[in-house]
Amino acid sequence: MSGLSDRLTSGGFAVTAEISPPRGAGTGTITETAGLLRDWVDAVNVTDNQGSNVRLASWAGSLAAMAAGLEPVMQMTCRDRNRIALQSDLLGASALGIRNVLAMTGDHPKFGDHPEAKPVFDLDSIQLLWTLRHMRDQGAALSGRKLDPPPECFLGAVENPFAPPEGFRADRLGKKVEAGAQFVQTQFVFDVAGFGQWMAQVRDLGLHERCYILAGVGAVRSRRGLDFMRDNVPGVTVPDDVYRRLTAVPADQTAAEGARLAAETIAQLTTMEGVAGVHLFMAGNERAVPGVLEEAGVGAVRDGR
Amino acid sequence: MPARPRLGTRLAYRLQRVLRPRPGWRRLSARVEASGPARTLFTGAERQVKEALFGCRMCGQCALPVTGYVCPMGCPKELRNGPCGGVGRDGSCEVYPHLRCVWVQAYERASGQGRVADLRLLHLPIDHRRWGESSWLNYWQGRDEGLWVPAVPGPAVTGDTGGMGPDRNHERVLGGS
Repeated sequence: MSGLSDRLTSGGFAVTAEISPPRGAGTGTITETAGLLRDWVDAVNVTDNQGSNVRLASWAGSLAAMAAGLEPVMQMTCRDRNRIALQSDLLGASALGIRNVLAMTGDHPKFGDHPEAKPVFDLDSIQLLWTLRHMRDQGAALSGRKLDPPPECFLGAVENPFAPPEGFRADRLGKKVEAGAQFVQTQFVFDVAGFGQWMAQVRDLGLHERCYILAGVGAVRSRRGLDFMRDNVPGVTVPDDVYRRLTAVPADQTAAEGARLAAETIAQLTTMEGVAGVHLFMAGNERAVPGVLEEAGVGAVRDGR
Repeated sequence: MPARPRLGTRLAYRLQRVLRPRPGWRRLSARVEASGPARTLFTGAERQVKEALFGCRMCGQCALPVTGYVCPMGCPKELRNGPCGGVGRDGSCEVYPHLRCVWVQAYERASGQGRVADLRLLHLPIDHRRWGESSWLNYWQGRDEGLWVPAVPGPAVTGDTGGMGPDRNHERVLGGS
């Protein structure tokens, strides 16, 4: 059973976070990070060679998180594996108890440490969702061959409410829901008003009743990080007023202000109709998670949400 | 890489009506297919025309009629179901920042002609054995049916992580040709 799915179906406010597996053949950092997050988040995404850089496999990282008592959301991208390997990975993950899977297209290899690699993209994120749902609900591979027993999985997707063509972003989530997405985690929300406009379109399409929406929130830790995010991360928008607020404080207080802003953003999102939870972009900053969640009024897992 | 179509949207949609599968086209394509040299010649001509107009890469299963006549295979990720999340603020491709995202172009062209609904169709995984084939012959011969399917309203979320519950899209989504 997926605890994340339980939290969401019971109407609770879900919190997920992210773990990047290490560049190396060890799981120590995952165990350590899981220990910091365990009491505060319902599940943690384990990234799949994030940014097209070679890392420990997401299925292995997911098992390490499970062993440390934290439920994983295994990320699966279409960048490195064709439809045969992706289906095989779902079978393996399900057999070993991984219950949440996040299907995404993935970054292009150009951005990573092997820019010369062959980009696979045999499926896209929507076709992957379709495929995984088909395997679970029809008990068959894409080939039509029976899967015995079929995999179990709670299917997730991602969406960026802020990237062009803006008029099509809610529709694109609609396509993902049609293809099988049961929950979605969004790109970093700095612009709460802009996110609210996207949510209004999502509600008009009735998607919030068919898919749980977790808004992406992070805490800026430094001016350099803020500048990098604004200028170099595709699909992230930092509105001018947010930028001014975070740069108005002395540099040694940027992290504290960033955490305050994250808490305020989460508090605003908890009252927004159709928002079922938040996804925290706080990798490497896990120690700040309890403070942010408490200030936002969300609290720990054991308190119920 | 993303290409900018050289054929205006209105003209493209007009041609679409002319080229729709009908008995004449079906007979012609059957005769072309019956002869090896004719098929090669026809496929070569299609390649020339579509390469010049759309930057066609001859995947053999053309999506142009429902993408505002912007070729999605020009996307560096070959995304047939819509844009990725990395499109630049100015509508640029994240992999080729000096070029416009094919899906930004598709949305502009389709919405200008009242065809946004086309972009909501769900595209099936393609058949990689068809690269290099004539998609016109495939289209007129009906081998393209089921390349995309309408998005139909599904059931509300239940959070069910297993089970064999109803999957209403299944037959239309995956049972196509």
